[in-house]
Amino acid sequence: MSSAEVVGADSAPPPPLDEEQLPGGFRGARERMWLNLRTGNLGPIPIIVGELAVVIFFAFTATNFFTSVNFVNLITETAGTALLAYGVVFVLLLGEIDLSIGYLAGIGAIIVAELQLPGRSLQLNGLLAMLIAVVACALIGGLQGSIVAFVGVPSFVVTLGGFLIFEGVILNTLQARGSIVIQDRWINYTDAYIFSPTAGWVIAAIITALYPLSVLYKKGVARGTQIAQQSWTAAILKTVGIGIAAFGTVAICNHGKIIETPEGLPLAGVIMVFFFVVLSFLAKWTTFGRHVYAVGGSAEAARRAGINVPRIRVIVFALSGAMAAIGGIVFAAQVNSVGLTFPPGNLLLNAIASAVIGGVSLFGGRGEVRGALLGALLIGTLQNGLLLLNVSNGWIYIITGLVLLGAVTLDTFAVRLQARSGR
Amino acid sequence: MSDTPLLQLQSITKTFGSVQALDDVDFEVRAGEVMALVGDNGAGKSTLVKCVAGTHTPDSGRILFEGQEVHIHGPKDSARLGIEVVYQDLALCDNLDVVQNMYLGREINRAQILSEAPMEQHTAETLKSLAVTTIRSVRQTVATLSGGQRQSVAVARAVMWNSKLVVLDEPTAALGVAQTEQVLELVRRLGNQGLGVLLISHNLHDVFETADRITVLRLGRNVGVFERRETTQQAVVEAITAGMPTKVAGIPSTADAGAGT
Repeated sequence: MSSAEVVGADSAPPPPLDEEQLPGGFRGARERMWLNLRTGNLGPIPIIVGELAVVIFFAFTATNFFTSVNFVNLITETAGTALLAYGVVFVLLLGEIDLSIGYLAGIGAIIVAELQLPGRSLQLNGLLAMLIAVVACALIGGLQGSIVAFVGVPSFVVTLGGFLIFEGVILNTLQARGSIVIQDRWINYTDAYIFSPTAGWVIAAIITALYPLSVLYKKGVARGTQIAQQSWTAAILKTVGIGIAAFGTVAICNHGKIIETPEGLPLAGVIMVFFFVVLSFLAKWTTFGRHVYAVGGSAEAARRAGINVPRIRVIVFALSGAMAAIGGIVFAAQVNSVGLTFPPGNLLLNAIASAVIGGVSLFGGRGEVRGALLGALLIGTLQNGLLLLNVSNGWIYIITGLVLLGAVTLDTFAVRLQARSGR
Repeated sequence: MSDTPLLQLQSITKTFGSVQALDDVDFEVRAGEVMALVGDNGAGKSTLVKCVAGTHTPDSGRILFEGQEVHIHGPKDSARLGIEVVYQDLALCDNLDVVQNMYLGREINRAQILSEAPMEQHTAETLKSLAVTTIRSVRQTVATLSGGQRQSVAVARAVMWNSKLVVLDEPTAALGVAQTEQVLELVRRLGNQGLGVLLISHNLHDVFETADRITVLRLGRNVGVFERRETTQQAVVEAITAGMPTKVAGIPSTADAGAGT
């Protein structure tokens, strides 16, 4: 036993902070929640609370907030930003930055618009045009990533160059001709296709079922291990929360009045959720995702462990480019055209802000895809509601900026608290 | 176990420009022994380890592994032979948990989808077999571990891959007294389990606590191999600082070869 005592002499045994040492059941869930609060392990709770507060605030102040038309607007506006923000999450996880995505989204939209244009060019089927645009932007992103990975130029500089170049290309293409109209129905569907009320309910049911299914899968496949030790109470509470959000959204979208046009869930929202699920899976359940976290945590350790670090970097920047193109197409479909005002608003900054508000660290290795979705929803709801209240654009920027500052400050405190409590 | 050393370096020479980093160095590690490699700064310890790890290729000389001549051109080659190197720092990702670090770069997966359950179980078994008991949960992030625990994880990772030779580069450099003791205990246990251990250290206390034999490098030359039981720290210090007559063919053989079986 002497050897065991020597090993055990490391330090005094710490108090049982471990989740797995806590009692199960409802009491366990409550204790665990209290423990998490005490140690600053808040997860997405602050941002969900913030989103709820914003929704409740606008429900009372903006009379037409809870209407079908507004909800469809809110979803389609948020979708584009969220799609870009998903790509940003992966780039930030590496500890890199991609400033080019705003105008790269514009490039993607222009490629689609050019390819579908009747009479003038190839007039491709919209689906094929979109596929080509996404692949092209993935290649452009991959090229930027290659410069970062192989030449060693900082990503800030490479993508700042991309930012200017793509802006220039968009100006050159559109200045002489004005905007390009998109007539292809497939492309415009990405934004404006409205599901029938019944289809909406089915989709809400599928979205609600996904989370508990993933929990059941984990508990089945990884039975007996610590990753399967999630309390049923927490799983049920989360499922109920997701269900309320999904069914509530569909209910409002379905509840169109006679003069209002949309009467159902828009496809853009489904695209947003679809890529959220796919990319969350990629980040958390695959070898590639694990390697992204590893490179962000310590590129040197990852390299020594035999991970091909440049390959990971190139793929992540390609993914970022592809997501920019997809987001750009959804934005272009919103106005059925690509014009000089593209990208709309502060697309780049909104996308990065979404990821950061959602708790993704700028220093790499920490954050989740769901953060980008929640962040984009918060920013989208805030900007949508403020517009309904006739707040000026200046104030919308100021308030968005304050929310960003507040979220990151809270997160910094939480991380410090976690470090102090040794988690 | 045969008398063939696990790892044998013969007349290794390596120069960087005008600097002779290794000059006709012979060196060996047997299975089941802890061989310490000591020497002052710039004596060539790191260069020698890098030749074994595949980071550097020697200018001349032969490397034999289990009696067979091998050419090591990169970390993948050395890993394939069963050589694992544990570096003194930067070996782990702080943001990942113990299981994720143990399997970093070699995750068990089915069609690229991670199989967490076997990884977690095997990690727990490996840590238990090495008597690393202070880690409360294999799902803790490495950032929350103490220095000694981190080093234990790094060593356990090296051992887990059916490795035959574990190279430890200054494993106790940044550790406190109790944690150092914990890691040294682990090093001894590796030797007892039949692995070859190559321990690089500045700290003669550590070396005399764990090593079976001690090789002294000085200015790129092997100035002597000592049996730990038959020498003193004084003699080793003299060899490190002043050197002693080179005995290239004089690597003393010992009766200790069967210890690992």
